[in-house]
Amino acid sequence: MKSLSVEHLIGIKELSQEDIELIFETADSFKQVINRPIKKVPSLRDITIANLFFENSTRTRLSFELAEKRLSADVVNFSAASSSVKKGETLIDTVNNILAMKVDLVVMRHPNPGAAKFLSERVDARVVNAGDGTHEHPTQALLDAYSIREELGSDFKGKKVVIVGDIKHSRVALSNIFCLQKLGAEVMVCGPTTLMPKHIAELGVKVEHDLKKALEWCDVANMLRIQLERQDIQFFPSLREYSMMYGLDKALLDSLSKKIVVMHPGPINRGVEITSDVADSDQSIILQQVENGVAIRMAVIYLLAAQIKR
Amino acid sequence: MEKRTILNSRHFEITLKRLASQLKENHQLFENTVLIGLQPRGIHVLNRLKTILEEDLKKDLTCGQLDITFYRDDFRRREQPIIPSVTNIDFIIEEKNVVLIDDVLFSGRTIRAGLDALLAFGRPNRVELLSFIDRRFERHLPIQPDYTGKVVDTMSTQRVSVEWKEIEGEDKVVLYTEEK
Repeated sequence: MKSLSVEHLIGIKELSQEDIELIFETADSFKQVINRPIKKVPSLRDITIANLFFENSTRTRLSFELAEKRLSADVVNFSAASSSVKKGETLIDTVNNILAMKVDLVVMRHPNPGAAKFLSERVDARVVNAGDGTHEHPTQALLDAYSIREELGSDFKGKKVVIVGDIKHSRVALSNIFCLQKLGAEVMVCGPTTLMPKHIAELGVKVEHDLKKALEWCDVANMLRIQLERQDIQFFPSLREYSMMYGLDKALLDSLSKKIVVMHPGPINRGVEITSDVADSDQSIILQQVENGVAIRMAVIYLLAAQIKR
Repeated sequence: MEKRTILNSRHFEITLKRLASQLKENHQLFENTVLIGLQPRGIHVLNRLKTILEEDLKKDLTCGQLDITFYRDDFRRREQPIIPSVTNIDFIIEEKNVVLIDDVLFSGRTIRAGLDALLAFGRPNRVELLSFIDRRFERHLPIQPDYTGKVVDTMSTQRVSVEWKEIEGEDKVVLYTEEK
């Protein structure tokens, strides 16, 4: 019997390697469950979960909601676009009102970095960070690493992963770097200088600006989406130029000396980060990532809910 | 902790053979019957019975392993979550006769969860319960076995452990009593 060392999932930074491995082991069992004729287990039938999305999301939100429902939890949804936040209510007030309705666990996405930590220190419920601004997106990193584990085996030592694209605005990049390093993999980031955070090398990652070189080095390439919504100024001349320098197409993929695994956290801008024929090729595991997302989120919620005392 | 062997390896073997014969009486050639062991320790009972029956019938039996962790009724009542074992049922149990197999029947709660978990694989025609050891006075739920290896009368403070040649080195059943 094992248990997570944390009470909330705010970021990968706070997790230990054992925590991550425990989540993976639990996710293995849930992956079996979601491939059965009846995909539901009754574990969380007395738990209520609120999904608070202060920022747009399709995949993450659906994935969390499915995970919660397959654990038999009661689910309430909230999105900022259609709520009192528009009327000027503060985050704490919004959340406390929801908690007054007896919610045990909160899944939150918020545009401000640190929002999940802020919340976890002030409310009496478990908090799962579903992305806070440019800070962390822990469940995405967990499902990415879990998908790599499925492809390349559970020993991450010596495995090489390159994260390509908009590192500066990406919470997925930061969480992925923490997660892969804790598991023992080597990480490289690749992208234009303008999209590279200033002190990124201090995290112990390699930095490369030539995509071809980066791809020759790696076993796995995680192609990030260009986050135009977070770019208040222009970081590169045009999308077309970006895609010529840092887009992955079939010709480039086939020119490599070995077969690499291609990942993308979605949503894909087809023809910008990767072309359609790469996204749909047998080297891409984009849809496996989505399937694993449900199993990983079930595992995280199950393990956190297990700590809630009656 | 006082330790007393209540079934030695010779009687252990005889008991398994008797259980196998009883199963054969009711299910003859096991044409529409599947055997399902409950994780973790019911699997050992299943494997032994499977070996005996397959040798006897000269055919392969359909067997599965069922983990009931997510169906337990004591989630959040424990200090630590239980780590699930593998479920391995690669067939549909729709209209099948199912024999659920476990090592020790105590409160009956594991079996209740097992019945729940089983429904995720279809609607069985009929479900029977085989328990190697039946601690008959400790039941919390109205669940009784159809096949029993040995009935033992115990107090709830005692512990019964079924040990296996392939794991602990010797086939035996041990009764542990806490010393006052």
